[in-house]
Amino acid sequence: MSTPEDHQNAGEPMPGAPRPGAAREGTAQTSAEQAAPAQTGSGQPGHVGRSEEDRSANLVHEILSSSWLLSLLALVVALAVGGVLIAAADEQVQEAAGYLFARPTDFIGAAWSAVSEAYVALFHGAVFDGQSATFTRSIRSVTETLTVSTPLILAGLGVALAFRASLFNIGAQGQIIMGATFAAWVGFTWHLPVGVHVVVAVLAGILGGALWGAIPGFLRARTGAHEVIVTIMLNYIAVYLISYLLITPAFQRPGSSNPVSPLLDDTALYPLLLGSGFRLHAGFLVAIAATAFVWWLLNRSTVGFRFRAVGLNPHAARTAGIKVEWAYVLVMIVAGGLAGLAGTAQVMGTEKYLTAGIAASFGFDAITVALLGRSRPIGVFFAGLLFGALRAGGVTMQARTGTPIDIVLVVQSVIVLLIAAPPLVRAIFRLPAPNSRPRSARPAAVKEAQA
Amino acid sequence: MKLELRGITKRFGPLVANDHIDLVIEPGEIHALLGENGAGKSTLMNVLYGLYDPDEGEILVDGTARTFAGPGDAMAAGIGMVHQHFMLVPVFTVAENVVLGHEPTRGGGLLDLAEARRLVREISDRFGFDVDPDALVEDLPVGVQQRVEIIKALSRDAKVLILDEPTAVLTPQETDELIGIMRQLKAAGTSIVFITHKLREVRAVADRITVIRRGAVVGSARPDAAETELASLMVGRAVSLGVAKSPARAGDVRLQVRDLVVRSATGQRVVDGISFDVASGEILAVAGVQGNGQTELTEAILGLQAHVHGSIELRGTQLVGRTVDQVLEAGVGFVPEDRSKDGLVKEFSIAENLVLDLHDKQPYAQGWSMRPRVIRENAERRVQEFDIRTTGVELAAANLSGGNQQKVVLARELSRPLELFIASQPTRGLDVGSIEFVHERIVTERDNGTPVIIVSTELDEVVALADRILVMYRGRIVGLVPGSTDRDVLGLMMAGVPVDEAVAQAAVHRTETTAAGTEQGGVL
Repeated sequence: MSTPEDHQNAGEPMPGAPRPGAAREGTAQTSAEQAAPAQTGSGQPGHVGRSEEDRSANLVHEILSSSWLLSLLALVVALAVGGVLIAAADEQVQEAAGYLFARPTDFIGAAWSAVSEAYVALFHGAVFDGQSATFTRSIRSVTETLTVSTPLILAGLGVALAFRASLFNIGAQGQIIMGATFAAWVGFTWHLPVGVHVVVAVLAGILGGALWGAIPGFLRARTGAHEVIVTIMLNYIAVYLISYLLITPAFQRPGSSNPVSPLLDDTALYPLLLGSGFRLHAGFLVAIAATAFVWWLLNRSTVGFRFRAVGLNPHAARTAGIKVEWAYVLVMIVAGGLAGLAGTAQVMGTEKYLTAGIAASFGFDAITVALLGRSRPIGVFFAGLLFGALRAGGVTMQARTGTPIDIVLVVQSVIVLLIAAPPLVRAIFRLPAPNSRPRSARPAAVKEAQA
Repeated sequence: MKLELRGITKRFGPLVANDHIDLVIEPGEIHALLGENGAGKSTLMNVLYGLYDPDEGEILVDGTARTFAGPGDAMAAGIGMVHQHFMLVPVFTVAENVVLGHEPTRGGGLLDLAEARRLVREISDRFGFDVDPDALVEDLPVGVQQRVEIIKALSRDAKVLILDEPTAVLTPQETDELIGIMRQLKAAGTSIVFITHKLREVRAVADRITVIRRGAVVGSARPDAAETELASLMVGRAVSLGVAKSPARAGDVRLQVRDLVVRSATGQRVVDGISFDVASGEILAVAGVQGNGQTELTEAILGLQAHVHGSIELRGTQLVGRTVDQVLEAGVGFVPEDRSKDGLVKEFSIAENLVLDLHDKQPYAQGWSMRPRVIRENAERRVQEFDIRTTGVELAAANLSGGNQQKVVLARELSRPLELFIASQPTRGLDVGSIEFVHERIVTERDNGTPVIIVSTELDEVVALADRILVMYRGRIVGLVPGSTDRDVLGLMMAGVPVDEAVAQAAVHRTETTAAGTEQGGVL
């Protein structure tokens, strides 16, 4: 038992490898972590041991530092996997598979037509429907996509912003629900003038989401409670809270025994953008504005500078006088507020009244959107559009070809899986790793480069 | 065993890390490989150890060419390596660590730990290492851990032992012990390749010295060569080893620390009731072995420590109980001891790092908005002024070498008017050229009238910079002595010996490294 182990053993201890105290972690590293780029610093004295905080930060860095190409390839692989499943679920394909060796062309032909019909239907439902009789009907697809994208983009921005401060905000779902609840209550209880009402309702929605985001931020800052656990729990609380509220007199629609709220006043609704024939509402403009705002916040504002510094290296941020704990609270407040806006888009635009299912699964899809968009505002915007398209198109696909809409879920899930594991995508496409030299070689080489 | 490297060339992309290097290691000699950080020493040794494939050249063992596919081959050929960062499993015992990877077994594949213990004890006794085979590695001091690494190499019959920067983590006394061990190994016929950039040690122990610069051998020297000669060979230009500094013109007292107690999270008194003053225009060096409260002391001043009692007054302003940004606002410049962890956000650009603590102040920000143009212009100025070697200020700080990263931190901290400047380990891991630069800047800051506190575990640095030296041991002050104090006395004080005793003991016994420094290498 000499060579391979020895190689392994001695291959580790290169310049830039962890210090003695860190050797324990070194041996227990997962493969995902080993690929993490954050540890490349050559010879970091005193970098003994890494806390949980640093480990999750590393994962975030790994995800964020992967390239656009990787996101694109992840999508391609996901669609391919979806295609296989579509073919497998298709009856004609199954039939043809029965005599696969006798006439393989039948099988291939059936598979091709199943997959292509499904994806064409998906495209028709999501972007442009050439089969429709009228132009209005044709562009309905794209407006549906935009409508569905709106909450995804807004909540995705919230998740992405927290990511940049290395916080895993899993709580967008709860924040959407609370935002929608606050906005709805203002929408059907207060009766304010045109213009004022919608603004006040939006502000209430932001407040609801921000409150729900502030709780995990505050607990993290004060007690160190991990935001992942707290936000997940707050999701449950929000779900049951809204269910409860909808059977109280304050929220339940008068004369109804169903857990639904009254319709919001017309004055509290987002104006429709393309007239009454389409569901597309001004919430989409809010999403565009929010994207621009988050871009400015992260890249041009002092607050965003602090968020990024805290996210990348909380130790250095603290040493430079940045109040790390306060940054955690603040970023969660803003993130919650953005998710709250997603709630307003749902309740003041799309649904027009509050139900327990107001947030659908937007809060969870938002995490995927943030990941696919690499937590960059523009990236999140387009990732949100893509997911909106998949969702809107999925409905048409199911209606026209009988392909279960769950395929869309599979596609989304595969994207998450691949984005969380960049080495897998690289392996599939034989891409060189971003640092293609042997791991042990890299720090040394970097050092030489500066000699 | 005679080991020969012929024309070894190793390239990383366009970069030539080793350029036709020839090296001969005779049996039983201590061969020092001297060079700055990044000169290519480690790359060369990794080639020798089978970790890298050389692009050109060959390795000859006793006259026959060999290729090593991996460390296993190198070990089988009798080459052992002790890495700068030890590769030990902290929760394993010494014996378990030593046999890891080639465990002796009894029937049925059971571990034969008795044999492992015997092996450790045998090697340990042969060289007088005094290592307990059953001790857990994590409980051992760094110097002993290093011996475990050496035992590990010897247990695999290493005839040539490569020591990569072995003294970087040791106290002066431990360094002395290591030098003793190296001599014993040599006497037993083991050759040693000693990689270092510390001139003093090289001259104390080496038989031959090969100097490497920018990937190529630039010369060899006898151990009796003058230090300045070696240094200029290494750097490629004349360097002054001492810091040219005029005597301190200490002014009025600016910083008063009184009865300072810092408790760790677990309640230990890591700084245990210390009091001292620093005047304007003087450098107070805090010396001590790593982990004796110096780090906590500086962090307490900056406001990073949670449980601080006592008083820290800067020009009459109480600093205890203030937040970090308030302390910075009061005019404290701070260079943290671990620049990668606390000094820089490595993913940030150089320009962003240069305003890390000033990003929300005029002129770098206007209200809530930052001003990228001003920040960039500032960066370009600092890069010029501090000679930061980079291709652009928008480059991530991670791309800089250690020395240039440290210059970024210094540039940031020295770029505003200061009332107090604190630098922890300001030159750790830097090469001779960068050390010179950093020291000059610190002295300049002192001469501008700023009180300066330097924390260093390197005696060389303490002696070079200090106007007064405060030695800490276990959170307390062992003594406050003048900057001209003898190195031996300081070394003893760092081990907790009070001043008077230290002076008496030092008169009897002089450590080797100092002797080599003062007696022009007449030790061997």
